[in-house]
Amino acid sequence: MWDLCTNALDTAKLRGASYGDVRTMHLRQRDLTTKNGQVGTLAQSESIGIGVRVLANGAWGFASTDRLTREGVAACAAQAVSIAKASALAKRSNVVLAREKAYVDSWQSPFRKDPFEIPLEMQLALLLAADGEMRKVKGVTLTETNMQFRKMDSWFASSIGSRIHQRKVISGCGIGATSFQGGEIQKRSYPNSFGGQHALEGYELVESLDLMKHAPVIAEEAAALHSAAQCPEKFGTLILAGNQLGLQIHESIGHPIELDRVLGQEANFAGTSFLTLNQLNKLKYASSVVNVVADARLDHGRGLGTFAYDDEGVPAQCTDIIKDGKFRGYLSNRETAHLIGLERSSGTMRTESWNRLPIIRMTNVSLLPGTWDYDDLIAHTADGILMDTNRSWSIDDRRYQFQFSTEIGWEIKGGKKMRMIKNPSYSGITTEFWNSCDAICKFDHWTLWGTPNCGKGQPMQTMGTGHGAAPARFRNVRIGTAFSKQ
Amino acid sequence: MTMVAGPRKPAVGRKSERVDLLPSRELRGIVETVLRLAKSTDAVETEVHVDEVADALTRFANNGIHQNVFEHVVTVSVRTVTGGRTARATTNRLDEDSLRATIEASLSLAHSEPRDPRLLPMPGRQRYRAVNRFIKATAALTPEERACAVRLACDLAAKKGQVAAGIFSSGQSQTAVGNSRGLFAPYSETHSQFSITMQEDPAASWAKADSADVREMHPQKLAERASEKAHLAVKTTELAPGRYTVILEPAAVLDLVGFMFYDFAATAVRDKRSCLNNRMGKQLLGKNISISDDVFHPLQKGAPFDGEGMPRQRVLLLDRGVPKNLVYSRASAKIARRKPTGHGFALPNEYGEAPMNLVFGGGDSSVEKMMASTDRGLLVTRLWYIREVDPYEKVMTGMTRDGLFFVENGKVTGAVKNFRFNQSLIEMLNNVELMGPAVRATGEESFEMVVPAMKVRDFHFSEVTKF
Repeated sequence: MWDLCTNALDTAKLRGASYGDVRTMHLRQRDLTTKNGQVGTLAQSESIGIGVRVLANGAWGFASTDRLTREGVAACAAQAVSIAKASALAKRSNVVLAREKAYVDSWQSPFRKDPFEIPLEMQLALLLAADGEMRKVKGVTLTETNMQFRKMDSWFASSIGSRIHQRKVISGCGIGATSFQGGEIQKRSYPNSFGGQHALEGYELVESLDLMKHAPVIAEEAAALHSAAQCPEKFGTLILAGNQLGLQIHESIGHPIELDRVLGQEANFAGTSFLTLNQLNKLKYASSVVNVVADARLDHGRGLGTFAYDDEGVPAQCTDIIKDGKFRGYLSNRETAHLIGLERSSGTMRTESWNRLPIIRMTNVSLLPGTWDYDDLIAHTADGILMDTNRSWSIDDRRYQFQFSTEIGWEIKGGKKMRMIKNPSYSGITTEFWNSCDAICKFDHWTLWGTPNCGKGQPMQTMGTGHGAAPARFRNVRIGTAFSKQ
Repeated sequence: MTMVAGPRKPAVGRKSERVDLLPSRELRGIVETVLRLAKSTDAVETEVHVDEVADALTRFANNGIHQNVFEHVVTVSVRTVTGGRTARATTNRLDEDSLRATIEASLSLAHSEPRDPRLLPMPGRQRYRAVNRFIKATAALTPEERACAVRLACDLAAKKGQVAAGIFSSGQSQTAVGNSRGLFAPYSETHSQFSITMQEDPAASWAKADSADVREMHPQKLAERASEKAHLAVKTTELAPGRYTVILEPAAVLDLVGFMFYDFAATAVRDKRSCLNNRMGKQLLGKNISISDDVFHPLQKGAPFDGEGMPRQRVLLLDRGVPKNLVYSRASAKIARRKPTGHGFALPNEYGEAPMNLVFGGGDSSVEKMMASTDRGLLVTRLWYIREVDPYEKVMTGMTRDGLFFVENGKVTGAVKNFRFNQSLIEMLNNVELMGPAVRATGEESFEMVVPAMKVRDFHFSEVTKF
């Protein structure tokens, strides 16, 4: 692979590139699903190719091909340079990159059990057994389970001399039960909606989930939701379970801090951000109990945003985003770091595949644990609603106003978890919401949740991001708006 | 290793290298090679999909190009059947060893699952109605030509004191589905899109077009339209949330109603996850709403066959507000004792099928006439981040974006801050007062369709944002 990379860089230089980097990637994926006791999807795929990014005449060009011969790669590199020269016809200014060292390294994400080595029969048997447990419950009309495994090798080479090989193994698994009854569809998922939990782990992730224990629980809840009380409309106290809080972090902190959005580079598609450059180190983003980091290092956990180097050859880092409630940092790359006074990229350039350009992405954007024990949090809440597992999510294109609904809620009265609530939802303005946070549970309740489906960029890229969260409490939140008829 | 497809030679263009798609005989050659290799395995039946894409996209922001990309990939996907079991494996390596390994991988997956008693034999040879959606001018578009169009748009923005962001993309693709029962279905098309957001602090507006024929794209006109609307939106007032008459431009209609059509899958109804459960044949929507799925419509794109190679049929989904027909894959048709409509996804999958070429009936009004007939309402350019709140009543939430205008006494009198909506699609499509002619529209939340602008009463806005 290194020969192909070198060939591409040499060709790019000969054609007039002042800088070049190359990613040769081999991606393998296996997808298993069941539905109503039958196997649904059973597929695996591989994709291998090379992407060449160059600077020529002060502008970017990128080309990719799956023709991995010397001729194919050289043609691809030449095309990247031609495209860069075309970009220069309408460039705004010359691209300047922050300095970075050259690295020669090889890294593999840790895992205990290679999911591709686990017998498929065993994987399917587990999914079908969990599916069967859910189907035993009266009132359940649709049962679904899934596993997804990926193994990704990337060989990164740049014209400054970096040669970095990384191998990542990712696993995902989840189950869901749906109940249709009397003109109402209710669903429960475990351990999270939209495919469950995903992490930079091996098959041990699946084994840790104990699907058989949770399958009947969520099935019973899906059926019971039909007779639960409707979520009230009011301003009140909200407790978010960790899986919902992970998505809240993703949408209302993770996206606004992407510097490409802030600078208008996503204005046509993903949107911009309310976090204009003058807000850095000034904005009171959240209450003083809130601390958020963007941490791609393995020390933070085995999340979907964990790696050793980003796709620009910059080592993984931990960046303070919110410190004691104050806004402290953005996600940057080598091109934009200088705009926020940094000498170096924060290392967040990531690409979905060899045929996509790396763009600024969330790594593991996590809310650091607080001091509360979960039981104490409930016990010290006189009147509130606990919301668990996302059902719908939406936020405006500058990331101010959001609305989320969850699959299930629970009324909290007098420090006790009381009756089930259906169709729970809440909404708010990002900074008002985070400033209303008054309690965060401690590390014992903290999970690094994986969001596998974050879409951004044109052409669209889907990326996995990590979000550490423990249950947290928010005061005076608008509740119940999604089902309001007024 | 033997290369099944010959080396793809970069064609020498005037200024930039470009890649030609594989000749059709080579595309067919890949299919035939896989079928030949599979004969020496225990595969009882084999199906092959070959997909080739050569796409380019020029992206601009802050009045200049900041990303400019090209990709070329050929993917071969193999589904085998053995002992009443089926599975799929996919690769983009075209040498015989890799194709053989992909067949073996598919068989290995299939061997691991329980037998499926409902698995149907693969379909035999089919006949397809011809469509021509490959335009040489689009395939030949160069990065320099895209850059020149972008530069003109950026120059307009600079002249107006505005900031432009957007894309200009073009590309070509081809696909072929073949199987061991003699079915072979080839299709090729070209595609181009121009999308632009013009920003005039603190406002923005947007315009976008999509066509197989780049000669039908008018980037400068789209830029001018977005520019004018952005300027109109600079001064905003805040209105109280509530129910308003709205005039939805076609892109807003498209992105919203797109969430409804997976419900027309027979499998979704059987799974009881469709809003059409217990509602087929009943007056569900207004009598002015008729919708078909029609891949052959002159404003539509896409292959005239489905994931199994079955010919797509025109299907009347909604007739004057009454859900009349669902779409069927071969499997769901067998269960329902109906004929397949050619809307199945590639097997194996759990979703079955979906209509993908929607054509609304439309009307004879226009956005101008709709405004002229409105005493108090809102003109909506575009919607954003639409998600489903209630799957049975089809309550959707989302935001207005890039130009929300107040209409009073028949005229636009100013811009207003963006709203969040929580709106049932079923209710909305009962409240359509006027429609324009159906046009090919493109947005960001749904696939392209042929939809009209609509005037809708009592559209529910629940909250307002800060801009």
